[in-house]
Amino acid sequence: MENLNYFIDAVMTYPFLQNALIAGVLVGIVCGVVGCFIILRGMALMGEAISHAVLPGVVIAYMLGASFFVGAVITGVLTALGIGYISQNSRIKDDSAIGILLTGTFAVGVVLVTTIGSTSINVWHILFGNVLAVSRTDLWMTLGITVGVLILIFVFYKQLLLSTFDPTMAKAIGLPTRLIHYMLMFILSLVTVASLNTVGIILVVAMLITPGATAYLMTDRLPMMLTLSAVFGVISAVVGVYYSYIYDVATGASIVIVATLLFTLAFLFSPKQGVFVRWFRRMTTSKA
Amino acid sequence: MTSSVKVDHLSVSYHGEMALDNITFEAPTQELIGIIGPNGAGKSTLIKAIMGMVPKNQGDIKVFDQSVSKMRQKIAYVPQRSMIDFDFPVLVEDVVVMGRYPHLKWWQRPSKKDRDKALECLEQVGMEDFRRRQIGELSGGQQQRVFIARALAQESDLLFLDEPFAGIDLSSEQIIINLLRKIRNQGKTLFVVHHDLSKVEEYFDSLMLLNQRLVGFGAQEDVFKPQLISEAYNGNIATLHSEDGDGQMVVVK
Repeated sequence: MENLNYFIDAVMTYPFLQNALIAGVLVGIVCGVVGCFIILRGMALMGEAISHAVLPGVVIAYMLGASFFVGAVITGVLTALGIGYISQNSRIKDDSAIGILLTGTFAVGVVLVTTIGSTSINVWHILFGNVLAVSRTDLWMTLGITVGVLILIFVFYKQLLLSTFDPTMAKAIGLPTRLIHYMLMFILSLVTVASLNTVGIILVVAMLITPGATAYLMTDRLPMMLTLSAVFGVISAVVGVYYSYIYDVATGASIVIVATLLFTLAFLFSPKQGVFVRWFRRMTTSKA
Repeated sequence: MTSSVKVDHLSVSYHGEMALDNITFEAPTQELIGIIGPNGAGKSTLIKAIMGMVPKNQGDIKVFDQSVSKMRQKIAYVPQRSMIDFDFPVLVEDVVVMGRYPHLKWWQRPSKKDRDKALECLEQVGMEDFRRRQIGELSGGQQQRVFIARALAQESDLLFLDEPFAGIDLSSEQIIINLLRKIRNQGKTLFVVHHDLSKVEEYFDSLMLLNQRLVGFGAQEDVFKPQLISEAYNGNIATLHSEDGDGQMVVVK
């Protein structure tokens, strides 16, 4: 209780902490929603690849003095196109193509960072986030991305649902399934940029996958899954920022640990899917 | 309107290998048409090609005398069950409502009318009691009926069903074939990919024997002949004669 009061006081006093919380909440919402589609399409690894591929884009943008945003989207989407091209034009399967480009693009990013020197750009902050240094501009950008992505998903919900559930019928009725795929890749790049400060490149995939997976264990309806996933994302962000402030530990990692704990709880105790709940039900029915 | 599907010199190849070789046929309307052939005969490829989902090397396809791109609304597709993720968080009624999507503009949401239509189609296949269930909680036969309800909700004139009897029990198979007959009697044309030779004579009005090329197409009794079947299955069949010498049965070795 004393810690909580201390935290609330700090939030009232320090704008940096307010910014951190707002950024965390926004990232929790947008990652949670986008992540549901990533999970249902079996693209978790793809999410990992795109988020890593953003690194060289961000560094090049920094070198040219351009916006992070543009650089990240360009390398993110190029990587998605590259993965598709490799798996369609050779015997290399999707997961291997992802493995090659994930590490390849990331390595280019690391080399670029080392050439420009670590004094001008903080690698640690890009990789693991630096939520306590979120500026007003960062906040506006994160808000813009969140609102834009949510509108896109709301407008194209029907198309996303059908092309995810039954791609063959989607194609049969003439939906541009490939365009939808690349739209999602574009969204993934955007979301990674939005999450740079909060959780960083390495851990963003957790914000995409973990709250969505937790929600997936709790419900049988996609609209509910999207809502719950966003809620779990927000809880992870707020509680994560709290512990990171109280115990002075890395914020991104702290957020991800909370998300992982929520997942563990759902995995064990979800009413329908929980391992413990099913075990308990088996025990009681076998006794009866 | 005399033909449902008209295919003229169609060839399709996958990764440089010929999947369909110079197929030409004209299918009647208001019939249950079986597409039979061994694994890898190109049965699924053929229906995908007709629906304009795989690029063709050459050939011309007309659906009700129109190009496919103009007829998409009129063509419904029932997927192979193995192609669907049954853990997907979607309820039975949500699946059937998807059949209304081709009638909606890109920005439109399904209306009350669309939902009512979906429910009516669920009643037609006798699945209305399961409307609030998650799709994976149903048996294979029930899932198949839900997908047929989705095709009905689309109000299409032409239906393609990819192996609707694969992996389901006999009593469900009976329910489904009766449903398909009912749909045919409503004036629709159904193409059914099928890879089991038993029941062919009982189920289909017309039959297509396929093994990359078209081995035979026509009325079921004209096509379901041992020599044609043998040709389609590369000789891997046996003919069993009944004791009185009249009846015969063909089985795949």
